[in-house]
Amino acid sequence: MYEKDGEKYFVVDSHMHHWDASPENWVAGAEQYAKGWIECFHAYQSLAPAETHWTIEHFQKASEEDLMKNVFEDGYVDVAIFQSTYLKEWYTTGFNTTERNAALAEKHPGKFIVNGRWDPREGDAGMKQLEADVERYGLKGVKMYTAEWRQGSRGWTLKDPEAYRFLEKSQELGIKNVHVHKGPTIWPLDKDAFDVSDIDHAATDFPNLNFIVEHVGLPRIEDFCFMATQEPNVYAGLSVVIGGLMHARPKFFAKVMGELLFWVGEDKMTFGSDYSIWEPKWQIEGLVDWDYPSDEFSDYPRVNVATKKKILGLNAAKLYGIEVPAECQLPAEDAGEPAAQDDAVLVGP
Amino acid sequence: MRPAATAAASRVLVALDSVRDPELDESITSLGFVASCTVSDDGVAQVRLQLPTYFCAPNFAFLMVADAYDAVSAVSGVSRAEIVLEDHFASTEINGGVAARAGFVQSFDGEAVDELEGLRADFVRKAVWAGTDRVCRPLIAAGRTGEELVGLTLGEVPASGDLDRLRSRRAELGLPAGDSDPLLIDPSSGTAVETDDLPLHLRKARVTRVSVEANSSICRGLLQERYRPVGAQGDSR
Repeated sequence: MYEKDGEKYFVVDSHMHHWDASPENWVAGAEQYAKGWIECFHAYQSLAPAETHWTIEHFQKASEEDLMKNVFEDGYVDVAIFQSTYLKEWYTTGFNTTERNAALAEKHPGKFIVNGRWDPREGDAGMKQLEADVERYGLKGVKMYTAEWRQGSRGWTLKDPEAYRFLEKSQELGIKNVHVHKGPTIWPLDKDAFDVSDIDHAATDFPNLNFIVEHVGLPRIEDFCFMATQEPNVYAGLSVVIGGLMHARPKFFAKVMGELLFWVGEDKMTFGSDYSIWEPKWQIEGLVDWDYPSDEFSDYPRVNVATKKKILGLNAAKLYGIEVPAECQLPAEDAGEPAAQDDAVLVGP
Repeated sequence: MRPAATAAASRVLVALDSVRDPELDESITSLGFVASCTVSDDGVAQVRLQLPTYFCAPNFAFLMVADAYDAVSAVSGVSRAEIVLEDHFASTEINGGVAARAGFVQSFDGEAVDELEGLRADFVRKAVWAGTDRVCRPLIAAGRTGEELVGLTLGEVPASGDLDRLRSRRAELGLPAGDSDPLLIDPSSGTAVETDDLPLHLRKARVTRVSVEANSSICRGLLQERYRPVGAQGDSR
């Protein structure tokens, strides 16, 4: 919980990781990809305040102690949602697996929610694994990384018939939340890998699943916004938006937040630190203190304490059924409901 | 280098100004993607390109290398162009494919089904949306009403670099771009925007501009961290 000016903020970090990208875990013959991947992540960290930067060695593999201190002790987080990204073609034991996350979660009861993953290209074997993971870890959510490389394929889309089988199975197994993260490659490579229209199709066809689009579809915020306006079950995951823009590019941060508040609305935006790219502490403190920097932004929706409480924790708590202490809840009149498609009112220039 | 080669190198740099990152709609020189550029005495131009990350999307990277190859090859005094994209996961396929003039499908054997002109056009269309905001925002600030905006032709809008850029992107797509054509058109169909549709149209234009510019801003930050380039133009934070 974070407290400021007498207000108590319940914090759910809805997108974070505990990875092992150390050289010992690089797959022989794929070292350049394993190295390139983690160096790319490390460059993103440079967009944070200088005093929070880590050495590349530290960044490749944070310890359990680091994580518990950065996220919970110093970082105000009440519940953290582990997202899994396997990348086993590059990292021998996986970059960030459900198994590894679950082991840590088990040691610290009540602190973590563990999300699983699936990959439609794994076919029946992947389906069996998903069933086993749901049974073993009680998964409520999964993370999809569509740009993952697998046996010569550079990626997939949620529109693939095989992906629909997995979505059906996910629903049947009681999974509620699907976090989607786009990356730079897809099959075929001549298509825009960051395109979010596949999420639009899936969200329409699976109205009982929630689709949390991580990084708000960056670098395709506009396409994401048009879609989120039309799909009541699409949410904006703010990882990278806060970490990558709030400190380094405050003017663009204000514009992007303004657009998201307009198109998506404060009831459908969720905080994610993207740990350990960025530590949550400065992001939470900064967001609570944040307002538009000038009159230039006067035609965007206003932000208040309720907006920030929703974004920092209350929205994700609803998605995951996390109990929120009474002292952190909103008074009934501010609570609102996730915006339905006709709530986005368009106003003139 | 002899004076002739030095002069040719200057012309090559000017030619590279015309090569854009298709996704960001900005010149690769102002983005800081040109790491070096030399022309040998026998006219061989060597250009090294660098991108913000090892994993930048390979389709856009290919377009930049191919466009640089075409632009540099056309410079007088250049006998041959060698464009090298460095530190990228697909450097080998891209550099080899462009040098062999193989096209995208052949360069990424089995991984692509089409060339990249469709992708390029999609992003020129986004540039038209973003450019619409750049041109309209000052007009709105100056007190123009929605009805006035809808009635304006391109020839009636005060001259500016943003207007030139918008017209040139529209022309690239074959959309109306003449003096008597409307300022506000649907970038997909080319038809004029009606007053009732204007608020949504302007909202779409603005969010597209915010998206592209925020993306560009992150790319600059990552490039800065990766190479600390000299000469790249910063953005307004």
